[in-house]
Amino acid sequence: MAAILEIRDVHKSFGRFKALDGVDLNVEEGEVVVVVGRSGSGKSTLIRCINQLEAHDSGLILVDGLDASRPRDLRRIRIETGMVFQSFNLFPHMSVLRNVALAPVRVRGLSWAEANGRARKLLERVGLAEQIDKYPGQLSGGQQQRVGIARALAMEPKVLLFDEPTSALDPEMVGEVLEVIQQLARTGVTMVVVTHEMGFARRVAHRVAFIDAGRIVEIGPPNAIFDAPRDQRLQTFLKAILSN
Amino acid sequence: MSIFDTFLNWKVFVETLPLLLMGLWVTVGLGMAAIALGAAGGLLLALLRLYAPQPLRWIAVAYINVFRAIPLLVLLIVIYYALPFVGLRLTSYTSATLALSLVSAAYSAEILRAGIEGLPRGQSEAARALGLSPLRQMTDVILPQAVKLVIPPLTSNAINVMKDTSLASVVAMPDLLKQATQAQALAANPTPLIGAALIYLLLLLPFVNLVGFAESRLGRRTR
Repeated sequence: MAAILEIRDVHKSFGRFKALDGVDLNVEEGEVVVVVGRSGSGKSTLIRCINQLEAHDSGLILVDGLDASRPRDLRRIRIETGMVFQSFNLFPHMSVLRNVALAPVRVRGLSWAEANGRARKLLERVGLAEQIDKYPGQLSGGQQQRVGIARALAMEPKVLLFDEPTSALDPEMVGEVLEVIQQLARTGVTMVVVTHEMGFARRVAHRVAFIDAGRIVEIGPPNAIFDAPRDQRLQTFLKAILSN
Repeated sequence: MSIFDTFLNWKVFVETLPLLLMGLWVTVGLGMAAIALGAAGGLLLALLRLYAPQPLRWIAVAYINVFRAIPLLVLLIVIYYALPFVGLRLTSYTSATLALSLVSAAYSAEILRAGIEGLPRGQSEAARALGLSPLRQMTDVILPQAVKLVIPPLTSNAINVMKDTSLASVVAMPDLLKQATQAQALAANPTPLIGAALIYLLLLLPFVNLVGFAESRLGRRTR
């Protein structure tokens, strides 16, 4: 199988702080990779480098053969990758339907009628058929995040990036969002998910990557990572999480 | 002579009102033109200051600082009385529109920049992540929100421009103030000046109230 996402020896510093210190990661088409690690370990920076919301300092990032550090390729990469944010980042001045339909019209060149149709279907799929004419501010956090997912899907991306999609949610809403992501994972779309939800990682991931101090120190199938961790730092991390 | 005959002489007021109203249209026309041109120039300057490559960005900053520092009256007189010495002779209307627009653009630029920078970073991140073109990021996502955020200060600036049109009377612009001073000389009575003052108030007080109202509403919402 071909790697749709190739990350090779990527470095990124914020001032003197090394956020990424030589990351290598290949993600194959249809694969779900969940990235876990402490706060500040670099996992969000890693996912934000893939579509260059953060520019990496050195190393190679290829998405479907396109080089993220080349401006001409970057626009294509952004079109072919969908991103779901921790803080949703919906457009508050647009209806839910327009939030989802906007990019297909502006970027893919669909008519509003086509894009609205596609948006309706997607919003139905994430359980929001009743909310399409509301504004983001009128929705709960969980509903907003499901709109965020529909918005990303509307571009029919080759890769979906989730940057801590449930971290800003009230606990009772985490489940509904994870449920939607889990359903997506079964459809065979390529996903990279940064999360603190270990149960979700175990259920959904094909591989789990544990990142610490800007490096992926261990990567493998969920049962290997959670049941037989080899690296000392991963063992400590899991112990700290499980004792919560 | 009573104070009423001097300052609020009804007969003089009625006689000079047509002149004042002619002046009012000049004032409103000049003000609107300067507000519109200033807004357009301000938007361009704000975008240059925020997103342009280095030399252009620096030029935008320099422009904004210079035109916020220079007194409007000085600028107006330089344009009208000094430029003819280098062969550039502008009418009083053009000079006044130019001076007001140049300064208003600088203030509008700073207001719009504050609006754009006041948006959560996630808004532009989401727009970029979706693959929207830079132009679409602006017109669909950033500007509609940023402009809404700064409607009160933009309106304040528009009020200032409208008031500052009265400075154009020094370059022989037949605006409301100029008409009033001429009518005063003609009638040998200051009632037209009082009339002009009242017309300025009638014109601008509603907008001043609007700004106050909008600001108190915005304040409540953010609290």
